[in-house]
Amino acid sequence: MSTTAEAAPRPVDERIADVSALRRLLIRPESGAIAGAIAIWVFFALPPIAGDTGWRTMGATASYLQVSAELGILAIAVCLLMIGGEFDLSIGSMIGASGMIMALLVSERSWNIWPAMAVALIFALAVGAVNGLLVLRTGLPSFIVTLSTLFILRGATIGFTRQITGRTQVGKLNQADGYDLAQRIFANKISIGGGNFSVSIFWWIGLTIIATWLLLRSSFGNWTFGVGGSFQAARNVGVPVHRVKILLFMGTAASAWLVAMIQAITFTGTDVLRGTYREFYTIIAVVVGGTLLTGGYGTVIGAFFGALIVGMVNQGIVFAGFDADWFQVFLGAMLLAAVLVNRFIRQRATGERS
Amino acid sequence: MTATPAAAVPDVTPILEVRNVSRYFGSVIALKDVSMTVYPGEVMCLLGDNGAGKSTLIKILSGVYHPSDGEYLVDGQPVHFTSPRDALAAGIATVYQDLAMIPLMSVSRNFFLGSEPQVGWGPFRRFDFKTADRITRDELSKMGIQIRSTDQAVGTLSGGERQSVAIARAVHFGAKVLILDEPTAALGVKEAGVVLRYIAQARARGLGVVFITHNVHHAYPIGDRFTLLNRGTSYGTFSKAEVTREEVVAMMAGGEELDELAHELEEFARADRARSAPVAPDQP
Repeated sequence: MSTTAEAAPRPVDERIADVSALRRLLIRPESGAIAGAIAIWVFFALPPIAGDTGWRTMGATASYLQVSAELGILAIAVCLLMIGGEFDLSIGSMIGASGMIMALLVSERSWNIWPAMAVALIFALAVGAVNGLLVLRTGLPSFIVTLSTLFILRGATIGFTRQITGRTQVGKLNQADGYDLAQRIFANKISIGGGNFSVSIFWWIGLTIIATWLLLRSSFGNWTFGVGGSFQAARNVGVPVHRVKILLFMGTAASAWLVAMIQAITFTGTDVLRGTYREFYTIIAVVVGGTLLTGGYGTVIGAFFGALIVGMVNQGIVFAGFDADWFQVFLGAMLLAAVLVNRFIRQRATGERS
Repeated sequence: MTATPAAAVPDVTPILEVRNVSRYFGSVIALKDVSMTVYPGEVMCLLGDNGAGKSTLIKILSGVYHPSDGEYLVDGQPVHFTSPRDALAAGIATVYQDLAMIPLMSVSRNFFLGSEPQVGWGPFRRFDFKTADRITRDELSKMGIQIRSTDQAVGTLSGGERQSVAIARAVHFGAKVLILDEPTAALGVKEAGVVLRYIAQARARGLGVVFITHNVHHAYPIGDRFTLLNRGTSYGTFSKAEVTREEVVAMMAGGEELDELAHELEEFARADRARSAPVAPDQP
């Protein structure tokens, strides 16, 4: 072996075929979702569909972006968790629970809104940690563990709220101390070119950038890919696998808290049923975004565009005058298509020899 | 074979030693009174058939299990590992057959998983890809491993390449002892040869290598000494000068059974020849 000769950098290896820039782009996990987002926007913008409904106006843009943003914030955290190899079905209930904790402290105990929000956040983080600990200690699939937290949280939220207030809704948050500042941070509208853009859109974009950096550039991101790709292998090389997974579960719970705050402050009140089905829409957004259900592979950018797609379809159906009942049919079909496309892309990306 | 086994020099402290270790799982005796030493710059082959206790012993060595009885010494000092991380910190790296690498991650991400090089400060500390790629490429070429590109997914490497990258990683991160769990078991003839060459490289760099296998044809050419396990107990350790390949095979599988099998197979062959003899001349 002529090791010295081989130590010199060899710019080109003859064993790897030239990969065109286009193909490299196509096998990125998020490319499917970006292409899908463009296709769906164009579809609703077509003259026979759009007519004079104003799909191309800033007003419509603001409306679907807001729907996408509230889903997208969840999708970021769920994407990281799914790359880490776990599921969290409890986030839908967590939106209801953390929003209601904040609202009850404000309305029943006359708290300032900020400490009430802090208590709700601590609660959310604690439940996230419990989800993680249960999964790791019992070795049960996170699907089952968080399915049970989904029901426990929802039931407890309804039960406690009814017991305390006799109702299922709590309102008048705008009379609480500290509401004005909270409103500016979580529920403001910013007027751009005639559209009123919700500040949640900026939360969504900002968090996507932070999470992308975290995933692709930090050690924690590398560990996240590691624990999702192979838990044992990651542990063998000294990755703190338990800490990583628990933090990821706390992240999804925190994202549910943020969405709950945005919604409660926007509507100046909340309902025990807030967030119902959000866990499923979120998983659809993440999977459409190219993240593998089995973990170890995916991008936050993909989840961003997945959420954009779900938001556009949700609002586009209304704009085009279709019956909103068809939304779910569309969502289901899209999920199936995305899973099939993703499988194909992954095989190309890794050059799997199967 | 150029390297003289360090074992021949009596005053060298073994880099790793177990004395009369046993491990029980309830009423099952997985390992009983096994002793073994590993010196720097030698390949110690741990041989045994399935169920011989090889896995239990390496799990003790790599810190997964605690021995129920007996002593474990590293550099002559008794140690009590409570996790694989402790063993790693003491310079004992284990490369598992299937669990060495994460297929969907790139070679350099895999290489530095758990020990990422960092640049920047405070919240902006980040994975230093430039350094990672450079070190990965350097370390691999030092071992004579050629891969196409450090950002290709490990899943696109062959089994032998994956094992080789895992060995290079362990060497880079300062392993003094390399425990290789059946590194050649799932590999083809040529690929196994490649891995054996990297084992020789690691030995040449002064590492102690524990090579676990049940394939004598892989163990014999590379091994300096052989420890044979059978049904949880040790037959002892032999240097290459003391045993032949055939003797090793015989001890591993229980010699008489193999002799019997060979005899039976010969009988079959003879019967076949007898049956096909009359038609043979007609064949072109």
